[in-house]
Amino acid sequence: MGELKRTPLYDLHVARGGKMVPFAGWEMPVQYPLGVMKEHLHTRAAAGLFDVSHMGQVILRCDPAALEALVPVDVIGLAQGRQRYGLFTDENGGILDDLMIANRGDHLFLVVNAAMAEQDIAHLRALLGDAVEPVTDRALLALQGPAAEASLARIAPEAADMRFMDVAVIPSDFGDLWVSRSGYTGEDGYEISVAGASAVALAEALLAMDEVELIGLGARDSLRLEAGLCLYGADIDTGTTPIEADLGWAIQKARRTKRTGFPGAATILDQIQNGAPRKRVGLLPEGRAPMRAGTQLFVSEDASEPVGTITSGAFGPSIERPMSMGYVPADLAAPGTALFGEVRNKRLPVTVTPLPFRPTTYKR
Amino acid sequence: MKYTEEHEWLDDVDGIVTVGITAHAAEQLGDIVFVELPEVGTEVTKDDEIVVIESVKAASDILAPIDGEIVEVNEAIVEEPAKVNDDPEGEAWFFKIKPSEPEQMDDYMDESEYKDFIG
Repeated sequence: MGELKRTPLYDLHVARGGKMVPFAGWEMPVQYPLGVMKEHLHTRAAAGLFDVSHMGQVILRCDPAALEALVPVDVIGLAQGRQRYGLFTDENGGILDDLMIANRGDHLFLVVNAAMAEQDIAHLRALLGDAVEPVTDRALLALQGPAAEASLARIAPEAADMRFMDVAVIPSDFGDLWVSRSGYTGEDGYEISVAGASAVALAEALLAMDEVELIGLGARDSLRLEAGLCLYGADIDTGTTPIEADLGWAIQKARRTKRTGFPGAATILDQIQNGAPRKRVGLLPEGRAPMRAGTQLFVSEDASEPVGTITSGAFGPSIERPMSMGYVPADLAAPGTALFGEVRNKRLPVTVTPLPFRPTTYKR
Repeated sequence: MKYTEEHEWLDDVDGIVTVGITAHAAEQLGDIVFVELPEVGTEVTKDDEIVVIESVKAASDILAPIDGEIVEVNEAIVEEPAKVNDDPEGEAWFFKIKPSEPEQMDDYMDESEYKDFIG
């Protein structure tokens, strides 16, 4: 394993008591002195500031149609100034990564997962060559929560007029901010790409506001799980299709019926028609014991073979109970289905539950 | 007060030993969200895994520090696991044990030794 990379905010994290851990090749703060639970609750109550500079930012200077060869997403139909959730799929219909795709007029702007960035860029370049421009001199901050709008509007007033999944370039004291009204917590909020050299100043300006606290990766994980959002490498990977992962909504009609030339289309379109053998579902353990990733699921207390596996599990600070997501056979995926999760050799009751665990508050 | 390398504290009052985890351990574990305690009356042997605690990060076992019988457990921390973060060396004790080999405690650290141990 090579040297861990550091974001432009590294010194700020350390100065503010961030507990730094290796994450996807980066040295990142898992929590601050506030602690995961309070950081989570603060984000839901006011505004949380996250350093997500480890994620890959990529500019694509190509015809939007060209990207459609790699993703089952309607990129041609994505209006200027809008962003859409997307997936890179492989020939078997598995998911290579999930990403955000924004139409910024004369180019597309992508945000991909940190751990997959190198692979994604190689994958894009194999098809699109020099049209692929990794953005290496900008940090990425997420500002999430009910006070995100008021906080960012003090710095970039136009941000208040954006709605969910809008993107805009907003000039500010910190240079041009590439803002999207989105995030990965289930809250209203923004992701803000800022020149690396201005990132600390922008973060300090936001943190000087009463509503804003720094939030680490620990709370980011419990926030996204309460919102029912997938973590790449845990809930989705090349072994899961978009339909199994219940992400069929990310495949717009135009890609189901007309422009069906995307990797894995045969499998994915068949599963849209006929259903997938298994499905990602929400799971609520009955007791207080969290059921974490890897927990096996059974139909009864004495069934010998597991029917599924939990892929993410944690305590949900806002719902005040443990929560999990995992895969179960299609005939056991209906909400209310009673199953058992094996924790420390004990079979504990768990119930299939609709996602998200907590309603999202996006400003649509 | 005695301390183990597993970050437990043992407080022997008239032959009944109260056991909990240290503030250092609670801090390292992060926010605690689940505690499972042994049943009163259980005979335990040193190093048996008798308590499970889960923090926001991971599950950990707490070992029986000595041989003996569990005579009381603190249900309050099962009801409200966050108490372990709030007052680990006071109100949030885990269990009380009646030792069968009290001399097992002699090997454990005193407070200044434990402070050196955690650096």
